Amino acid sequence: MRYFKLGLLIFIFLLPAFLHAQDIDELLEEATGNTTEYTYATFKSTRIVSGHSIERMQEGQLDFRISHRFGEINGGAYEFWGLDQANIHLSLEYGITDWLMVGVGRGTYEKTFDGSVKFSVLRQSKGERNMPVSLSYLSTMALNTLKWENSGELPFWNRASFVHQLLVARKFNERLSLELNPTFVHRNLVSTELDPNDLWAIGAGGRFKLTKRISVNVEYYYVVPPLHDYRSTKTLNPLSFGFDIETGGHVFQLHVTNSLAMIEKGFIGETTGNWLDGGIHIGFNISRVFALK
Amino acid sequence: MKNKIIFISIMLGLTQFVTAQNLTSKNGHIWFYSYTPIEDIEAHNRQAVSILDPKAGTLQFTILIKSFEFQKKLMQEHFNENYMESDTYPKASFNGNIENISGINFANDGEYSALVLGDLTIHGVTRKVNTSGTLSVTSGIVTAQAKFIILPEDYNIVIPDLVKDRIAKEIEVNVDVTYNAN
Repeated sequence: MRYFKLGLLIFIFLLPAFLHAQDIDELLEEATGNTTEYTYATFKSTRIVSGHSIERMQEGQLDFRISHRFGEINGGAYEFWGLDQANIHLSLEYGITDWLMVGVGRGTYEKTFDGSVKFSVLRQSKGERNMPVSLSYLSTMALNTLKWENSGELPFWNRASFVHQLLVARKFNERLSLELNPTFVHRNLVSTELDPNDLWAIGAGGRFKLTKRISVNVEYYYVVPPLHDYRSTKTLNPLSFGFDIETGGHVFQLHVTNSLAMIEKGFIGETTGNWLDGGIHIGFNISRVFALK
Repeated sequence: MKNKIIFISIMLGLTQFVTAQNLTSKNGHIWFYSYTPIEDIEAHNRQAVSILDPKAGTLQFTILIKSFEFQKKLMQEHFNENYMESDTYPKASFNGNIENISGINFANDGEYSALVLGDLTIHGVTRKVNTSGTLSVTSGIVTAQAKFIILPEDYNIVIPDLVKDRIAKEIEVNVDVTYNAN
């Protein structure tokens, strides 16, 4: 009994110390605990190599991109390993809101004008709201503006092709991010009657950060062969490797890829370069972000 | 007799409890400026928490680095990812003392200058800092303001050559916090 009372006495004296111990970390937890922390910088830019990453421009930010693919390196010394040829794609992409981005572009490849809409459906997050992956939807349209050859002028919509893509990405940790892109490509006009207008593909991409500002990227699209495959041109699946180098408002992306085109319809459906016989292109993208708001 | 002792000790305990009132805040405002001829940068954190013991003069601050808000979102991303590495070092904190606490009368309205000395931890690096601030008591409400300079290189925050001209060597940090007694 005496010990009990002594204990009680000590407890009473120590009580304030316990109460007092609402320490600073608990207070911080109270102040910030009920918030959702959204993942950021899953990729360094809006492209992994040629295809889109999950990233968008935030509200009021404008991304000016200059993308470039040289010729195939198997052209040899005469073609200076492809560097004599230049294929360029210029684009402007703008974040209307934090979840909606629109873009326009122009490429050498088939003298194409293109437009895109990309919006975020789910964002990877932890805290109050837990979400394992980010999910975005991308829709692009491309208009080929080459002069009509071997045929009279056909109705305008024959120029158009469309791509719909779901982007599912997860940033596993500070270094590793992976993405899967189920893709549907529709071309209003194809070379021959036997060529399919529609293509299904699944893209996979990832990045691994080597240092704070440099990451290595890989991108591959598997194009599902049409059921009755009578494609007039033998196309291959695009496979690309690259580095992202980030310097403040710029991202430089240097890569090698077997695809020449820098728009989805082109590199998914019309890649002809073969990695095994040197049909690869050296290329780069330069992204410069401007804050307009 | 024994009951009396217990009663007295309870009363003593309670007195201790009552006097151990700390001033706390969960919505302190901490912001910083980086001025260069090319670009001015500022970021605000309005979720700073602070505990001030008006008796002993101990003063603590903790913030989440990710709660800093920049006008340019890309800058905020780079701030977290490349400079502060906020996944590895999520918090910054200050742990110190108001040296002249005895000269501050929290019962009287007024403005008191406070000499603050303590450890500032940013980006995993702890350094001794001292600064002077202002403590104001207005009809019982205690507020604190301070302004001081920190050097990113002191805290192993590496600024690459390419952006050296855009980020100031000296970052001005401002603190403004209103305490609620509890």
